[in-house]
Amino acid sequence: MSEKVLTRNFDVADAHTLAGYRKTGGYTALAKAAAMEPAAILEEVKQSNLRGLGGAGFPTGMKWSFIPKGHTGPVYLVINADEGEPGTFKDRYLLERDPHALIEGMIIAARAIRSAKGFVYIRGEYVEPWRRFSAAVREAYDAGLLGTGFDIVVHRGAGAYICGEETGLISSLEGKKGWPKVKPPFPAIKGAFGAPTIVNNVETICQVPHIINRGAAWFAGLGSKTQGGTRLYSVSGRVNRPGVYEESCAITLRQLIERAGGVSGSGVLKGVVPGGSSAPILAAHEIDVTMDVDGLRSAGTMAGSAGVIVFDETVSVPEALMVVARFYAHESCGQCTPCRESTGWIYKMCHRLVEGKGRKDDLDTILDVAKRGAGTTICAFYDGAIGPYISYIEKFRAEFEALVQP
Amino acid sequence: MPKLTIDGKEIEVPAGTNLIEAARRLGIEVPHYCYHPGLSIAGQCRLCMVDIEKTPRPTIACNTQAADGMVVHTQSERVKETRRSVMEFHLINHPLDCPVCDQAGECWLQIYYMKHGLYDPRMTDEKVHKPKAVPLGPHVMLDAERCILCSRCVRFCDEVTHTGELGIFHRGDHSEIGLFPGADLTNKYSGNVVDICPVGALTDRDFRFQVRVWYLDTTKSVCPGCARGCNIDVHVNRRRPHHAEGKRVARLKPRFNEDVNRWWMCDDGRYGYHVVDAPTRLAQPAQREAGAVRAVGWDAAVGALAGLLGRVPAEQTAIIASPKMANEDLFALRTLAEARGIRQVGFRVPPAVPGDEDDFLIRADKNPNTRGAELIGLDGDVPGILAAARAGRLRALLVAEHDLFDSVWPEAEVDAALAKVETLVFVGPNGNRTSERAHLVLPAAAWVERDGTFTNFQGRVQRFRPALAPLAEALPTWDIVGRVLAATGAPSTATRAEHWFRALAAAVPAFGALSYPAVGDTGAQVLEGVRR
Repeated sequence: MSEKVLTRNFDVADAHTLAGYRKTGGYTALAKAAAMEPAAILEEVKQSNLRGLGGAGFPTGMKWSFIPKGHTGPVYLVINADEGEPGTFKDRYLLERDPHALIEGMIIAARAIRSAKGFVYIRGEYVEPWRRFSAAVREAYDAGLLGTGFDIVVHRGAGAYICGEETGLISSLEGKKGWPKVKPPFPAIKGAFGAPTIVNNVETICQVPHIINRGAAWFAGLGSKTQGGTRLYSVSGRVNRPGVYEESCAITLRQLIERAGGVSGSGVLKGVVPGGSSAPILAAHEIDVTMDVDGLRSAGTMAGSAGVIVFDETVSVPEALMVVARFYAHESCGQCTPCRESTGWIYKMCHRLVEGKGRKDDLDTILDVAKRGAGTTICAFYDGAIGPYISYIEKFRAEFEALVQP
Repeated sequence: MPKLTIDGKEIEVPAGTNLIEAARRLGIEVPHYCYHPGLSIAGQCRLCMVDIEKTPRPTIACNTQAADGMVVHTQSERVKETRRSVMEFHLINHPLDCPVCDQAGECWLQIYYMKHGLYDPRMTDEKVHKPKAVPLGPHVMLDAERCILCSRCVRFCDEVTHTGELGIFHRGDHSEIGLFPGADLTNKYSGNVVDICPVGALTDRDFRFQVRVWYLDTTKSVCPGCARGCNIDVHVNRRRPHHAEGKRVARLKPRFNEDVNRWWMCDDGRYGYHVVDAPTRLAQPAQREAGAVRAVGWDAAVGALAGLLGRVPAEQTAIIASPKMANEDLFALRTLAEARGIRQVGFRVPPAVPGDEDDFLIRADKNPNTRGAELIGLDGDVPGILAAARAGRLRALLVAEHDLFDSVWPEAEVDAALAKVETLVFVGPNGNRTSERAHLVLPAAAWVERDGTFTNFQGRVQRFRPALAPLAEALPTWDIVGRVLAATGAPSTATRAEHWFRALAAAVPAFGALSYPAVGDTGAQVLEGVRR
């Protein structure tokens, strides 16, 4: 079991209040950061090997360094709290149980990127997290932590997965349809309201106070060689104790499943989706892999949002694919033709397969369509969708073929 | 100026040029749907993919600016395969109802499928169904099933007209173009969305089901609807006269001119062509005697007018020319006036209701050639002419094109003026309340039936060409005037519109440097004048 960093306040009853947060050492990192030069904060974060914990795993310090040097206008810090990746439910815990950690992290991050205004885009369905976080923001204003050089605007989403994509989120924040933006320009150059913008995940920013307080070397040492720290794993599906687990980025998938009480149901593992629904599935024999960004990448999948979905052998992979395909068809924003058209088409084929009306060519058509659309769109949504399309069929083809009409 | 290589050919382009435009300069077409040079970059159709060396995968050309040393391939196997895939995605939910679609024949789904698709369709499931035949406004009809969601129409209403009526609603393959609640597509430029729609999703209510586009012929022209003079193409149906109830002009389309109208034209101009085939057209010369109207031949009509001009002293004769007439007509008329010593010549008849104007294309002056009439020196005192008529000092009055009753002047005053004139002559393509009072009516060819030029408010001389033969016995006004000149013993050597233009250029310094070749397809400036 890893040292508790992100979860250290989860079991402290009043940690979501300012007083409770202060009792556990809250806002001491802020005091320390206030005495640091912005460049020093950025350097500390770079050295910590902190990587984005929302999905893409991009090195956080490097992202911050993309803000144009010498820029004089506004710079925005946007927090992505639109937690929507199926199988992921960790940010809600942070927002509900440790909201001041996010506020403290934001103020420090804002100092590093010279931002005077932050936006927190909270998933519309997250009512309690929104209430808790908003209350914490009010407390922080009353205490003079906010409103004295840095402001936070809390914005609620309206229930679209695509608004968790960073530029879709920016469009939505700007009051437009939540369509991802064509890049370039990238958000760090021209983001929210046309200003340089850094979009970070909730969990990523919650790490920042700890890095400042305890140092980059300590943080880097918690994780793997290329990814520092612990992270929150949302473990669901066929495990005995589903829930949020804080573990090192260097833990293996096998160890993580054991932490969650092992495989439930039949007790025999069939496969695991390691990083939210967009991550390609791993078969039972592929779980001796470390859960850091590079470890999972070398296993042909991705760390993503660390939403771990466990399939025991009674789970029907074709049915699972149909459910996932329905999700992507429903959530495709409809902007780019390949994604808009093929998510719907693939869902129709999956649905037909599960209904027993599959045809011989369907499997190859799904695979071909998925591969043809890959890399042709504005955002990463479709490249995420093809994770399950391709991996479920390639790794469990016999199950699918059994459904095809001879 | 970055220098790059596209398909092995080097080209230097201005900084900021995207790869579609850079390739276009080399004559290389990069297929695209959502990109339009007059709109912002959407990057969503994903068809304009090209390969750029040192880039891991095909990139959209519309959002990639040319850079120095860039090496671009538009025909690599990978690019061709990507295009094929994107074409398949565009078409899986398309209804393929080409036989009943007005866009067929000029549809970019058809064109690009043949050029870049040619795959075997694999989609066998039920297609997504969406609303069909939805009127978006007075001029535009939507078929959402045919729509490829390129968003050009949405961007047009956001960025060009700033009226924002349209949006894309819903998500995924259920996305559809639609009107925002409470909005109708009633902006004054709505017809342009049909032009920029690359498929049959937006069709023109005026044109739909009239005639198949492959029966149309195209002629370069200029819109006569206001002083802007938007460059247009006139599409006429000569090959299937039994279609469209015999209407010869099928539609007008804007023609790109960077200095005048770019890609656009207004709805009033676009749908103003109906006068050409309207029942009000004057088909043959006519004389009215003792209240009875009698059709006459041209010889008799020309003879009658020549006789009138010979009989009535010049000081008892006046001409009200029209700023709707071409430069050639106006100069012919000036020549006639000079030959006969007629000094009472004017052209301004202010309309009863002032024209609307905006800060885009539409001008308050609804005449295409006011500037030309000014430069040709016909700007006399029209109220004075009418006052002279009322005072019994005018015996002969020639009115061209105007309806004097549709003016700022009280009807009774006009009526009194016309009543006192011994002989009223009317020349123009369409009849009106003034022509009904005329003793001699001379039918003129409409602008699409003849050659000529207008001078727009910027002082730009622009040429229109004949798309049709004149209706019935109508003649170009310059020809009518030329015949009258000949009959009065002052024959002109001009036998074509171009000859009259040469004469004009020789006589009026502002036109001195101009000729039909110099005017070309996009016009030429007469003056150091106001620019757009």
